[in-house]
Amino acid sequence: MVADSPMKGRRRHLLALALAGGSGVVPVLPPGAAQAQMPTAPPPLGSGYALLVPKATQGAPVRAGRVTVDAPALADNGHSVPVRIVVQSAMRPDDHVRSITLLSDRNPRPVIVKAWLGPRAGRAELSTRIRLNGTQRILALAEMSDGSWWSGQADVVVTESACLDGS
Amino acid sequence: MVVRVRIPDIVRRGQPFDVRIAIQHVMETGYRLDHSGRTIARNVIHTLVARYDGVEVYRAELGSGIAANPYLQFWITAPASGVLELSWVDDAGVAGSERVPVTVRD
Repeated sequence: MVADSPMKGRRRHLLALALAGGSGVVPVLPPGAAQAQMPTAPPPLGSGYALLVPKATQGAPVRAGRVTVDAPALADNGHSVPVRIVVQSAMRPDDHVRSITLLSDRNPRPVIVKAWLGPRAGRAELSTRIRLNGTQRILALAEMSDGSWWSGQADVVVTESACLDGS
Repeated sequence: MVVRVRIPDIVRRGQPFDVRIAIQHVMETGYRLDHSGRTIARNVIHTLVARYDGVEVYRAELGSGIAANPYLQFWITAPASGVLELSWVDDAGVAGSERVPVTVRD
């Protein structure tokens, strides 16, 4: 059996080559390609924010709280995931939310959206639909008029990832 | 470019009301390939600005993480009747705008 398997592998390889030569469209996968594409254990959820958050806040300290991220726990399709961010704030001229930032640590571009509000916004709330490149923890940051930063997060399991599929 | 903007039928003076906007746009990420394997250039609506009677009340910077045909809902207040103007621009330099008259009731 052990002596047999390399032969088999070569035969399959030759067969694939023959098919590819015949039709011109069948991709030729070298032996072992399937193993090479096996996913390795993903890093823990939200592990990328240690670097991303200081960049977004320009080093300002961030406290957890006051920000709620509403997202589905399970998204069938990463191409369009509804998200709602709500920040607790009086939204008065002397006490309001200056900006809301939504970050992803698994997307190729970490800043999904940044919105600037003001006292005229009336309510610190933002809803949109986002793309997610796989299961991850999304994090929202809110900058208050007093300069403090607050954060909230949500975990989303994504069955079919958006982007990077090369299609 | 098809655009839909919705505001409530009744807007009260000084009370927050929601603005919902959906713009037909591919929001091309710049990571996809065409049939010959070349990268399709990134083209997303990167800025959306809301002005009320000329005063900027809301601004959003969008990225490729926003789904195609971007939809946004946000809140503003109106001190008096006026015109809400929404304008946006994409990476190809194509700009769009929409004007919505707002009638304030007490």
